[in-house]
Amino acid sequence: MTMLSRLLSHDLPRNRWLAAALLLIVLGLAFAPFLFPGSKALGVAAKMLVFIVLVASYDLLLGYTGIVSFAHTMFFGLGAYGVAIASNRMGEGWAAVATGTAAALALSLLLSLVIGLFSLRVKAIFFAMITLAVASAFQTLASQLSELTGGEDGLSFRNPAWLSPSFEPFEQPFLGVALDGKLLCYYLLFVAAVLLFLLLLRIVNSPFGRVLQAIRENDFRAEALGYRTVVYRTLSNVLSALFATLAGVLLALWLRYTGPDTTLSFEIMLDILLIVVIGGMGTMYGAVLGSVLFVLAQNYLQDLLKLTSGAFDGVPLLGTVLSPDRWLLWLGVLFVLSVYHFPAGIVGRLRVLRSGAARREGP
Amino acid sequence: MNAPARIPKAQFDFKPLALLAGVAALGLPLIGSPSTWVTLTVAGLAMGLIIFIIASGLTLVFGLMDVLNFGHGVFIAAGAFVATSVIAGMGGWAEAPGLWPNLGALFVAMLAAMAVAGALGFAFERLIVRPVYGQHLKQILITMGGMIVGEEIIKMIWGPQQQPLPLPTSLRGSFVFGDVAIEKYRVLAVAIGLLVFAVLLWVLGRTKIGLLIRAGVQDREMVESLGYRIRRLFVGVFVAGSALAGLGGVMWGLNQQIVSPQIGAQVNVLIFIVIIIGGLGSTLGCFVGALLMGLLANYIGFLAPKLALFTNIALMVAILLWRPQGLYPVKTV
Repeated sequence: MTMLSRLLSHDLPRNRWLAAALLLIVLGLAFAPFLFPGSKALGVAAKMLVFIVLVASYDLLLGYTGIVSFAHTMFFGLGAYGVAIASNRMGEGWAAVATGTAAALALSLLLSLVIGLFSLRVKAIFFAMITLAVASAFQTLASQLSELTGGEDGLSFRNPAWLSPSFEPFEQPFLGVALDGKLLCYYLLFVAAVLLFLLLLRIVNSPFGRVLQAIRENDFRAEALGYRTVVYRTLSNVLSALFATLAGVLLALWLRYTGPDTTLSFEIMLDILLIVVIGGMGTMYGAVLGSVLFVLAQNYLQDLLKLTSGAFDGVPLLGTVLSPDRWLLWLGVLFVLSVYHFPAGIVGRLRVLRSGAARREGP
Repeated sequence: MNAPARIPKAQFDFKPLALLAGVAALGLPLIGSPSTWVTLTVAGLAMGLIIFIIASGLTLVFGLMDVLNFGHGVFIAAGAFVATSVIAGMGGWAEAPGLWPNLGALFVAMLAAMAVAGALGFAFERLIVRPVYGQHLKQILITMGGMIVGEEIIKMIWGPQQQPLPLPTSLRGSFVFGDVAIEKYRVLAVAIGLLVFAVLLWVLGRTKIGLLIRAGVQDREMVESLGYRIRRLFVGVFVAGSALAGLGGVMWGLNQQIVSPQIGAQVNVLIFIVIIIGGLGSTLGCFVGALLMGLLANYIGFLAPKLALFTNIALMVAILLWRPQGLYPVKTV
């Protein structure tokens, strides 16, 4: 138990239901290829892993430091494009993946540092606007440099031999699942996501993370205590960008494709925002819970809504409102309500539930 | 007896205006042909003025209450979509050969768009913005959420596809003077834009309400302590700004002749750049910034089409390096 506690940087879920849900998620994702056979289910699980890292890295910035950035998908895209471009230019192989990742990390570091130093001195709003403009310019840049990025079509590439679906070291399937490169790739993603998430948890629970939270609560006081808030904010921005870049690398490895729609689009930025707020800002576990629920809803809720909306087809207004294409509407409403009523999201809600119960039980 | 020392009058800052004129003047030798230059300049002014119409409300709202509405794009999209319905519904007038029925259809569409966007703005202020005054982080998040919901509602009503927004018949084509061709619609857009600018200047500069708004932008608490309810003023400005965004949405849609539900998010980026360039809260800065952006977009689109997509961001960086608070800083941000 203490071992686990250390692994989680002593930042435990602090709620029985939350802990159960997290355990379920970890087990589900760990054994996904065996529990949910089929390529769609595995794709959904892989997307959850990528989003957990991506959203958790955004939580570092938004939830823990109190900065809104709209350029997070830019760094996500940098990682994905780095691997894709390097694999295309150098031929597939681990060297290409390493070069692409390193180059993307370096570029992300530079960009996030410049943006941070340039605009984090002033108000949060200013930073949000600047990042919005920069991200949209970057999106245009990626689609214009079609020589390099494949433009709107994106880039397909091949993974290192080990990770490609044609790699089949064993003849016999194990527990009915073929042991191929795709499976290996999934477990690479799983291990990477777990490590990156634990690292993020470590960062937010370190003394550095405490300073970030102090800045979020009251930057004036943090400055008065002698912390250079600009430096801390910029560092937080850089760290979050680097983790997002790594999430992009993971996505590219899984899809063997990188394009503007899978990485750079503003829709993904909004998705991240929705997940982090609904899951719970400043909790890290919210990223896990939120990503899993969101990706599940994105892939399966539409089917479910199709069933229900069939029942309301005759009713004019209800039919359109409950149409499966409008699921983002409900998510948007949920988002707005979350910001008002439970800013700490699902996770915060669960934790309050516990303390409320404890108070009732107490003397 | 000495005459009381005169308070030195604030010098009007002409440099940004000079920059605007300089850009226009520099365009001429670079483009070469004067007739092309005139065409591009009118196109640039039309685009700039449309952007100004949309952005003016946003910058005033920010100046007055420190509220930056990331959901401003919803009003743009709503205005544009209302116009598609109105113009389609008034097909008889819009397709008629005469100028007057055409203009009539257009003005009805604009008025309807302004009314709907204004009403939407009122609801938006009530439901979305009011509960989170003074909390910047929540404001950004919640107005963005408002935009997501708004966009979905628009998709629900008009469908997720692009809608055509054709110009009425007599506004299509160009006026030709010698070898200079100017699109008719752009002339109308410039006229409407200048009219809106003039009305705004008049309201802000010559009326009591305008005086209160300007004072509120300078120092809200002082105005409140003098007994004025700045909240009501703010709601008024918010609604007016939303209505203007609706009007701008119609004009932007007519300029593109096509409207998609994502129009709001696209234009949002432009207007944010404009109000940053102009100095957050400054109407004049917003005006100069919008015109700069319009002119540059058209000049560079002609000279080096590949670079045109990056003019906005380059312009923003250049201006901020020159004046970190924007062209006409209102107060320290």
